Amino acid sequence: MSAEPNSYHNGPDEHGHFGIFGGRFVAETLMPLILEVEQAYEAAKADPSFQAELDDYLTHYVGRPSPLYFAERITEHFGGAKIYFKRDELNHTGAHKINNCMGQILLAMRMGKKRIIAETGAGQHGVATATVCARFGLQCVVYMGATDIERQAPNVFRMKLLGAEVIPVTSGTATLKDAMNDALRDWVSNVDDTYYLIGTVAGPHPYPAMVRDFQKVIGEETKVQMQAAEGRLPDSLIACIGGGSNAMGLFYPFLNDADVRIIGVEAAGHGVETGEHAASLTGGSPGVLHGNRTFLLQDDDGQILDAHSISAGLDYPGIGPEHSWLHESGRVEYVSVTDQEALDAFQLCSRLEGIIPALEPSHALAHVGKIAADLPADHLMVMNMCGRGDKDVFTIADALGVEL
Amino acid sequence: MSRGETSGRIEARFKKLAGEDRAAFIPFIMAADPDLETSFEILQGLPGAGADLIELGVMYSDPMADGPAIQAAGLRAKAGGARLDRTLDMVRRFRAGDSETPVILMGYYNPIYIYGVDRFLADAAEAGVDGLIVVDLPPEEDIELCLPALAAGMHFIRLATPTTDDVRLPAVIANTSGFVYYVAIAGITGTKSADAAEIQASVERLKKHTDLPIAVGFGIRTAEQAGAVAQIADAAVVGSAIVQMVADNLDANGKAKPDLVTKVLGLSQSLADGVRGAARKAAE
Repeated sequence: MSAEPNSYHNGPDEHGHFGIFGGRFVAETLMPLILEVEQAYEAAKADPSFQAELDDYLTHYVGRPSPLYFAERITEHFGGAKIYFKRDELNHTGAHKINNCMGQILLAMRMGKKRIIAETGAGQHGVATATVCARFGLQCVVYMGATDIERQAPNVFRMKLLGAEVIPVTSGTATLKDAMNDALRDWVSNVDDTYYLIGTVAGPHPYPAMVRDFQKVIGEETKVQMQAAEGRLPDSLIACIGGGSNAMGLFYPFLNDADVRIIGVEAAGHGVETGEHAASLTGGSPGVLHGNRTFLLQDDDGQILDAHSISAGLDYPGIGPEHSWLHESGRVEYVSVTDQEALDAFQLCSRLEGIIPALEPSHALAHVGKIAADLPADHLMVMNMCGRGDKDVFTIADALGVEL
Repeated sequence: MSRGETSGRIEARFKKLAGEDRAAFIPFIMAADPDLETSFEILQGLPGAGADLIELGVMYSDPMADGPAIQAAGLRAKAGGARLDRTLDMVRRFRAGDSETPVILMGYYNPIYIYGVDRFLADAAEAGVDGLIVVDLPPEEDIELCLPALAAGMHFIRLATPTTDDVRLPAVIANTSGFVYYVAIAGITGTKSADAAEIQASVERLKKHTDLPIAVGFGIRTAEQAGAVAQIADAAVVGSAIVQMVADNLDANGKAKPDLVTKVLGLSQSLADGVRGAARKAAE
């Protein structure tokens, strides 16, 4: 990429830094492996046949491009901005996660790796990883927190149907961060044949940049589709953030379009003021975890705290380093939405649009509801509908006091 | 990059042992496991139980290079009141009674980063810490802590691993001081063990790149294994087996049984005997 001055597309530098964030904070055992991934990824990026192969699978297997849909009844309901959904929940496997998995599995095969490991929170990344492993005949091992296995039972079963081994993680707090720890421990122990397919824009360099690159198709399509629909750029973009891959994917192609307002929505759980939340930018501080420096929920001794969100996919005490940088630079606004607000938005979307959203984008929709009414009718807003809600019906029923 | 004046304790200890023609025994314990006072008693007793140098673990919530035994030790330490400032206090108390045995803090970067690198280096030196092993700081991140530590006279002991090839090794060795810690397995602590022939080949490879002493750890559990490593390397490190001895001597409430300290020090002594016995064999 040409180095445009004042561009938000120059990061990361060759050491994987976005400003002070990012980097490669890993054990020496893993350093040669992540350098190998970086080299292989740079080579693949420069190889037109790699992109052509990926594009072909994205079209015929994943089902891209996903539609940009004018959400007419939600727009009427809020009574302000014109709201579009980027329908990434219509992808194969029901979420944006497969965009990244398809890219990384092709890379892993180029590298000659036979065994794929992954971490998962809600199970969406685990399902997407298990799916591509099944498609290409590779062994798949998914680490998942024991707590998450309980609340995401349908996805656990899907992974098993797809032939993956799901390993319950009981270390630490038995959620996504611990699943990532155990996946890293597996990788350290199986360096010869294993590829770690990280599911979000976190981890050591080159993962944050690579995962973003595989997800930026979301924003690139949106740009073209909005041009076709309205003849111009959108005025605002909104996406939910756990690690932040769907948001980076939507935001990245628009970062240098200064007139486009960009908003990331973190999970406030029971409320940021209660301490029980997953809002790393709103309620955290910079620290080092899982191979990179970023905003983290932590105490004054540098110990990582438990995150809380009704959405297992947002329940992570960190955030991708590029988001931390965009937060500090002020280019992207980061806000937060509580469990209850997300639940309300979930039900509203189901009834008004006939779309059962995942709990994750329900957070984004809740924030849309907070700001849309104050915006003019010609304000074009795009919300990333990054996953569908089938996986969440048990959680929702439980929250609503319904017995299934 | 300039290097500051060190405490000299690590250099003096390896020089003394070279004179005795034997390897060092380095036990690892987790600070505040299972509580601050018991852990201090163990620390205080280790030099008398054959420890030539001591690795003191700094608790971190997300120890990605550690296996179940040390993960559990970390959780016990957390419950026992572990904090980085209290760990430094523990070293300070230890130094009041022992001015010679080197103490090396081993852990992960974030607690140090949050404490503040400059303040940490000043406080650690003042407390009597001789060196640092920070698992998640490879040479690529030397600017974070390694270079400031060397400038402040704090040894920065690097891990070399089976995946560190000859191309990479010079960069790994370049800013290492005190000794080099060879991680004998591609894996996490307390799991598999490497065989002696593999370790020997690796130590010989490292010796071609550095004159620093080579310590070997990860996967050494018994006096026999420690002895075998001591014939090959300059030091043998044992961690998981020792913290497991702590775990095995807790009551139903997780409190130390009365003879916990004695048991742990007994294990230390037997591991040390393994190392010392090997030295005699090698000298014959």
